[in-house]
Amino acid sequence: MYRSAKFDEPLLIELGKTKNDKPLKLLPSNIQRKKRLNIPNLDETQIIRHFLRLSQMNYGIDTGIYPLGSCTMKYNPKICEAISRWSCFSMTHPSQDESTIQGNLQILYELEHMLCEITGMVSFTLQPAAGAQGEFTGLLLTKAYHDSNRDFDRNEVILPDTSHGTNPASASLAGYKVIEIPSTDQGTVDLVTLEKTISNKTACFMLTNPNTLGIFESDILEISKIVHNAGATLYYDGANINAILGKARPGDMGFDIVHLNLHKTFSTPHGGGGPGSGPIGVKKEFDRFLPIPRLVKKGNNYHFSYEHKDSIGKIKEFYGNFSVLLKAYVYIVLMGGNGLIETSEVAVLNSNYMKKKLVDSRKYDLPYKNIRKHEFVISCERLLKDKGIRALDVAKRLMDYGLHPPTVYFPLIVKEALMIEPTESESKRSLDNYVETLIRIADEDPNLVKNAPYNTPVSRVDEAGAIKNPILNWKSL
Amino acid sequence: MKFIPNSGDKKSMLNKIGLENIDSLFSDIPKNIRIKKLNLPDGLSQQQTEEKLHEIGKKNRSFDIMPTFLGGGIKPHYIPAAVKSIISRSEFYTSYTPYQPEASQGFLQAMFEYQSIIAELTGMGIANASLYDGATSLGEAALMCSRINKRNNFVIPTNTSWDKRCVLRNYISGVGLNIKEIPYNSETGEIDIDIMKKNIDDNTSGVYLENPNFFGVFEEKVEEIKKIIRDNQSLFVVGVDPISLGITKSPGDYGADIVVGEGRSLGNPIDFGGSSLGIFACKKEFIRQIPGRLIGLTKDKDGKRAFCMTLQTREQHIRRGKATSNICTNEGLCALAATTYVSLLGSKGFEHLSKINFLKGQQLAEKITSIKGFNKVFKGTHFNEFVIKCNDAYKVHKNLLKNNIHGGLILERIYPELKNCILFGVTEMHNDKIIKNFISTLRGI
Repeated sequence: MYRSAKFDEPLLIELGKTKNDKPLKLLPSNIQRKKRLNIPNLDETQIIRHFLRLSQMNYGIDTGIYPLGSCTMKYNPKICEAISRWSCFSMTHPSQDESTIQGNLQILYELEHMLCEITGMVSFTLQPAAGAQGEFTGLLLTKAYHDSNRDFDRNEVILPDTSHGTNPASASLAGYKVIEIPSTDQGTVDLVTLEKTISNKTACFMLTNPNTLGIFESDILEISKIVHNAGATLYYDGANINAILGKARPGDMGFDIVHLNLHKTFSTPHGGGGPGSGPIGVKKEFDRFLPIPRLVKKGNNYHFSYEHKDSIGKIKEFYGNFSVLLKAYVYIVLMGGNGLIETSEVAVLNSNYMKKKLVDSRKYDLPYKNIRKHEFVISCERLLKDKGIRALDVAKRLMDYGLHPPTVYFPLIVKEALMIEPTESESKRSLDNYVETLIRIADEDPNLVKNAPYNTPVSRVDEAGAIKNPILNWKSL
Repeated sequence: MKFIPNSGDKKSMLNKIGLENIDSLFSDIPKNIRIKKLNLPDGLSQQQTEEKLHEIGKKNRSFDIMPTFLGGGIKPHYIPAAVKSIISRSEFYTSYTPYQPEASQGFLQAMFEYQSIIAELTGMGIANASLYDGATSLGEAALMCSRINKRNNFVIPTNTSWDKRCVLRNYISGVGLNIKEIPYNSETGEIDIDIMKKNIDDNTSGVYLENPNFFGVFEEKVEEIKKIIRDNQSLFVVGVDPISLGITKSPGDYGADIVVGEGRSLGNPIDFGGSSLGIFACKKEFIRQIPGRLIGLTKDKDGKRAFCMTLQTREQHIRRGKATSNICTNEGLCALAATTYVSLLGSKGFEHLSKINFLKGQQLAEKITSIKGFNKVFKGTHFNEFVIKCNDAYKVHKNLLKNNIHGGLILERIYPELKNCILFGVTEMHNDKIIKNFISTLRGI
């Protein structure tokens, strides 16, 4: 049985006291600090031990399998981390003279072109800091495009009910009314409903392909036709592109605007929630609206260009999360075209292998009978009915075996959903172990499962209590 | 294949699935959009990759080999090795957003500590677990003001960086809010209070004030500004450089409702402008309106202290189109670096760091203005950045470059009225030798 480190690690503030004299007096009195900062003065040894212990109470992809669906938690090669910390890159200032940052600009320029080739798009911006910001940028581009056609009445965005939560949130942020359409009983876009819903009010249709059930939307060319005939744009949420690298490209499917999550498919670490990077690729008609500055190459030199009067402006300070972009660039250089293709092949193989074994076990059900891509969704409904065990209980129990749970309760159209994305990083042995553990849990004493986990630093956390009485910092203690 | 352990097990796995070959896994993709290959070079070995990147890296002139005096919000700061050591723990950096609290207690506690430190520095009731950067934090603050008071106009002074104003414009444009830009006082560099007063009315949702502002000048009339904003029942949004907060009042002490800022300077490398760290704090009464992730303290089933993400019904993965923000991935690891950095300094070290930055700012300004033809543009008290007017900004810039020094930021492109003006920045990284060399080079121009 797995045992996680369990430290009763105090908060920093409990490790020491603030002992200070009077505040330093340097400034005019109306802005001079009068209250002392309440931050403990600790020794480096104490601090290192504190954070090291915290790290040992945290599960990462380096600890074990982390099959969160739609999150593509793949191995993060150490060489990418190492290179991104070289001072020739990390110690460059964004406002330096262009002649002194030619290396950075070359990397950004080449990365833009690599991403164009991978997605089949014409140009890219690397500015968005994450996938959701990419979506928002894409919708601003959509708006700029329709406005340039004096097409001002398009105020709706349509998306399927399987879409990621960021899609509708980004659409709202961009000022659009969100319309969700139900999927077919095959878990895919319902063409009839789409045709009925789409109109000259529709600005954009947002789609993830393969979708969040791991199903490839095989009707994509018809979808593209319907969307474009209505004068709307077709947006590609690239969260799941790890399934189809070198097999098919959103550009060829008819998508106008694409975002990629470099912290998923291109292996930059998720950092406990960031930094990420969400570049946007577009077709030719949208190129002139991309954020500034744009990168141009003249002779052997690279330059930032600000002279784009139709540009939407800026979406983030400077040029995006450069350190993340650099890691993704290194990853693509390492893998090469062939390596990226094998990445998708094995990611899909692993997912279908696990799916087959789980379906054969008859402990879990697989809604929708299609072939799956990089991820699949199974339902714990049978377990709930027979033994009162919910998807959440299964997730918590997995931790006792040293395994990170899959995404739970998503997509919303599957009851008691477990959404599993193993990625290409797992060995067959690791996949077998995960499947066998899921099967074992289904046979365990329901009370044991419902009270799990036991081997983690804390037992099941009272999340409702945290909402009832929000304590968000040590001031409130 | 590198990083793909199942390269050799394909056959037996396909057998299990009941498929002949890998290709049949992709039979659901229409044939006419299938491609056979990617037009990219084959992968390199790790050694070849390092060699390639070394060659590219050589084309940069980084500021470790050539000191920089660039201002504009980003300046180099010393990062203790202990910070790098902590953020290199792969249990931290290879983890996902802590949706499963039992497997993520370490990161959750660290983020709770981050929120505590930011609340302490800014003097606010609560802080979130980070947004993308200072500019997007400002954008989110403007949106939040309108959510709170249902007013549509956001006021911002032009002594805020062009990048920030540009990002703000995009953040508020979608939902139909407006921006009113207020000029700065050309004598002090501070916001022009009279014009601000004339430009706020009962449709003003919030007023932004940056302290110190883009020109490095402290906004000293904070009490007067607060009163105007309060009387108008608008919200007061303050932007900070966290390094200054060891010696200046916290915005909470002069009545801020929301505090934003760029937190990169707390233990994170400059990285050509990104990664970054969006600081976001506000009064506790606005807890339901705050954007982004919040970490809360609670108990586990056995009554032991535990941490988890909380108030998630504000967020996109629950509330979808009605969320307070679309943010999902934030800047977690940068927030961890900030937490480690501030705790290593402690209150004493932090105040000392603030003081050094202030004093270096004063010394360098004095030294530059002692050279004939170099004058300080604004009278206001400055922190560690300041604007200097000279006879020919481009000539100065070129000559410094020739002498292996990155000069300051030339302001003319953004502020045409500030012809031949340069924004210089200085920090604890500029030792006496570097400053002496810089001054003698300037003298020689």
